[in-house]
Amino acid sequence: MLSRTADSLFWMGRYTERAGNIARGMQVALRMAGLAGSLGGAHDEWRNLLVSAGAEHGFRAAGRTVTPDAVVGWLALDAENPSSIANCIEAARRNGRAVRTALTVDMWEALNDTWREMRARAASATDQDVLPGFLDWVRARTLLFNGAAADTMLRNEGWLFVHLGVMLERADNTARLLDAKHPALSGPGSEGAVAYAEWQALLRSVSALRSFQWLYHQRLDPKLVVELLLFRPELPRSLVACHARVLHALEGVAEATGGRRGDPQRIAAEIHDRLTKGRVEDVMARGVHDWLTAQIDRNIELGNAIQALYLNG
Amino acid sequence: MNQISATGPSKPFDEMQDAAGVRPAYRGVAAWIEAHGLAALAAKRQEAEALFRRVGITFAVYGEGGDPERLIPFDVIPRILARSEWDRLARGLTQRVKALNAFIGDVYAKQEIVRAGRVPAALLADNEAFCAPMQGFTPPAGVFTHISGIDLVRTGPDDFWVLEDNCRTPSGVSYMLENREAMLRLFPGLCSDHRLAPVGHYPEELLETLKEAAPPNCKGVPCVAILTPGHFNSAYYEHCFLADEMGVEVVEGADLFVEDDVVYMRTTSGPKRVDVLYRRVDDDYLDPRVFKPESMLGVPGIFAAYRAGNVTLANAPGAGIADDKAIYPFVPEMIRFYLGEEPLLQNVPTYLCEREQDRAYVLENIGQLVVKLARGSGGYGMLVGPHSTRAQQEEFAARIRARPHDYIAQPTLALSTVPTLAEGGIAGRHVDLRPYVLMGKEVRIVPGGLTRVALREGSLVVNSSQGGGTKDTWVVDDGPAPMMQSQAQG
Repeated sequence: MLSRTADSLFWMGRYTERAGNIARGMQVALRMAGLAGSLGGAHDEWRNLLVSAGAEHGFRAAGRTVTPDAVVGWLALDAENPSSIANCIEAARRNGRAVRTALTVDMWEALNDTWREMRARAASATDQDVLPGFLDWVRARTLLFNGAAADTMLRNEGWLFVHLGVMLERADNTARLLDAKHPALSGPGSEGAVAYAEWQALLRSVSALRSFQWLYHQRLDPKLVVELLLFRPELPRSLVACHARVLHALEGVAEATGGRRGDPQRIAAEIHDRLTKGRVEDVMARGVHDWLTAQIDRNIELGNAIQALYLNG
Repeated sequence: MNQISATGPSKPFDEMQDAAGVRPAYRGVAAWIEAHGLAALAAKRQEAEALFRRVGITFAVYGEGGDPERLIPFDVIPRILARSEWDRLARGLTQRVKALNAFIGDVYAKQEIVRAGRVPAALLADNEAFCAPMQGFTPPAGVFTHISGIDLVRTGPDDFWVLEDNCRTPSGVSYMLENREAMLRLFPGLCSDHRLAPVGHYPEELLETLKEAAPPNCKGVPCVAILTPGHFNSAYYEHCFLADEMGVEVVEGADLFVEDDVVYMRTTSGPKRVDVLYRRVDDDYLDPRVFKPESMLGVPGIFAAYRAGNVTLANAPGAGIADDKAIYPFVPEMIRFYLGEEPLLQNVPTYLCEREQDRAYVLENIGQLVVKLARGSGGYGMLVGPHSTRAQQEEFAARIRARPHDYIAQPTLALSTVPTLAEGGIAGRHVDLRPYVLMGKEVRIVPGGLTRVALREGSLVVNSSQGGGTKDTWVVDDGPAPMMQSQAQG
C-alpha cells in the first residue's frame, strides 16, 4: 500500500477519534463547572482540561486567558487550535477525501455528512444551551464513523491503519482524561463529595460509570478508578485494552508488508507489557500524574515510530 | 474546400434518418422509441440520472458523493455506427496515429520531414510544444503516443473529418465505459438485440499497451502506475477509476522518488520500483529539474531515469508537438511521407493566419469561418462565424491582425446530428466522436469511443465545459442479428 494512503487512513482515524474525545473531556468539565466548591480556583476545571489536551501552550500563545467561554471556544471551534473539534473534523475529512477510493461508501458518508453538518452548526455550537447537545452530537458522529469502519471495511492493510490510528488516539486520550483529574485521584484533594463527583464525571466521559459497578460492586474509589482505566482489559477504552489492539494491528501490518517490522512493534510490545504487568499500587505510590506523563510520552514515541517506518515512505 | 461547401447544406446530416427513411443501423432504436414512446424514454433518462447520481455507477465512489455538478449530462439515445463505417474509421485512425507517432520520433531525431521540405522548419523551432530535452532520445519500442484521442466529426454518410488530434493526456475514456454500463442496465433487451461491439475491455487493453512499453531495464512483470496531479484535478476520478480497473496504484509526485536513476514509490512495505507511469501530469510539471523548477506535482530526477531506460513515461514528453493546431494541417503530408500511403481520414481545410494569403481570406470571410486559438482548448477563445454578431467578428478580426500566429480558421462544418432527448421532445443535436487509440507493439482501438453532444439547440460546441453532454456509442453489425439456432425437427 502507498505510504501516503496509509498515512491518510491512519490520521483520518486519529482525528475522528480525537474529535469525540475532546467532546468527552469538555462534557466532564462542563458537568464539574456546575458544581460548587471545585478544587483550587474557579477556573481550574478548564485549565486542567487544556493542560491534559496538550492545548495550554497554543492557547496562551494565541493570547487567550482562561475563562470558561474562552476555553470552550478554543477547544470546540477555534481555527487556530489544530485539535479543536472543528479542525479535527476538517482534517479527518481532508484525509478521507485524499484516499476516497480506499474508503467504503458508508465511511465516506459518515465523514462527509459530519463535515457538512459541522459547518451548519458552527455558528451556534458554543451557545450555553446548545453546547451539551453539540458535544453529544460529536460523540455520536465519532461512534457512527467507527461503526461504519468496523462494519463495512475490508479487513486488509487499509483497515489496519485506520484501526491503529483510532486505538492509538483513544489510548492517548484516556491517559489525558485521567491526567486532567489527577488532583482528585491522589493527594489531599482526593476525598470528599467533590472528589467523588469528579470520579463519576471521569468515568462517565469514557462511558464507564456502569462498567465500574459491574466490575467492582462497590463505592467509587480513586485507586479502583485508576485501575479500571489503566489495567482492566474488559473496559474497551482502558489503556491496556487499547494497546492490546494497537499491538495486534501492528502485527497484522508487519504481516501485510512482507515482514517489515521494527521500532513500532518493539515499543508497542513494551507498552503493552508494562500495562499487563502494571499494579495500581505502584502507580499510586509513584503518583498518578508522574506515571501518566511517562505513559503519554511513550505513546508519542510509538506514533513517531509508526510514522517513520510505514507512513513517510 | 469545395468538398466542404458541397456538404454544407442548410440542413445537417441526420445520422438516424435520411430521405429514404430510418438508416439501417438505427432501426432497432427507432422501433423501440416508436413502440414505447417519449414518456418511456423520459423515464429511462430519470433512471439514468438516478444511476449516475445515487447508485453512482462508479463515479460517485471517486467524487464528493452526491455532488451533481460533477455529472456531465448523459443522453439515453445512443449514437450508432454500422460495423462497416467503423472498420473504415478504424483503419484511418490506425494509419493516422502511426504517422503522428513517426512524426514525433522524427522531430526529436533527424527531422527528415523538414529536410524534405514537407513541414516548415520554423513551425517546429518556434513551437512551444517542442520539447528540447527529448532530442536524440527514442523511448521503448519507439512509441511516443501510447494513448491518443482523435476527435472526429461527420457531415454526411461517407464524410468523416478529423477535427483535432490529442497526443498528450486525452481524457474522457471513463465516460465511454460508464455510458455503456448505464445502457446495459437501462436497455438490456435492446442492447442484446444489437450485438454491440463491447468496450469494457478497454482497461485491459490499456494495461497491455503500457506493459508492452516497459523500459529495457525492466525485469519480470512491469510495475505500472498512474501519475495524477492529485484530487484537485478535474479528471481525478478518471485517474482513480482507470487505476482501479487495471489493478494498479494511482500515485502523486510526492509518492515517488528517484535514486540512481531508478523510480520508486513509497509504500508501507518499503520502496517499490516503478517501471511504467501512465502520467496524467502535463510535461511542464513532470520534473522540476528539467521543466518548470517550481513544480510541486512532479518528481525530481524522473526525466533522467526516463532517458536512462529505467522508466517509461506514457505518453512521452514532447508528444504534444504532433497535436499542435499549427501542425495539424500537415498530418496528411506526414501520412504520405512516413507511410507512403494516401490518408484514409480527411483533415478539415485549415487556414493559418500567420500566412498572409490565408489571413486575407480569413478576414474577408470571417462570418463563415470558425476561428480558433492555435493553442487553445476547451472551446474557449473561439468564434463560430455564422453564430456570431458583427461586433464579435470585428473583435476577432482585430485580434487576428494583432497576433496572427495565434489563430487558425476552418470552414464551418454542418456537423451531423443524432436525435437527443431535449426539452419538449426528441430533437437533433450536433455530435462529435473521440475514439481512443492505443499504441504498444501493436495498435489497439476499442470500437466506438466517446460521443459528445452539444445539448443546446444549434450549438456546435460539444465540450463539457460549454454545455455538452455525452451519449453511448454503439458499433453494430450491419444487417439484423441472425436467428438463434434451433434443434432440427425430425
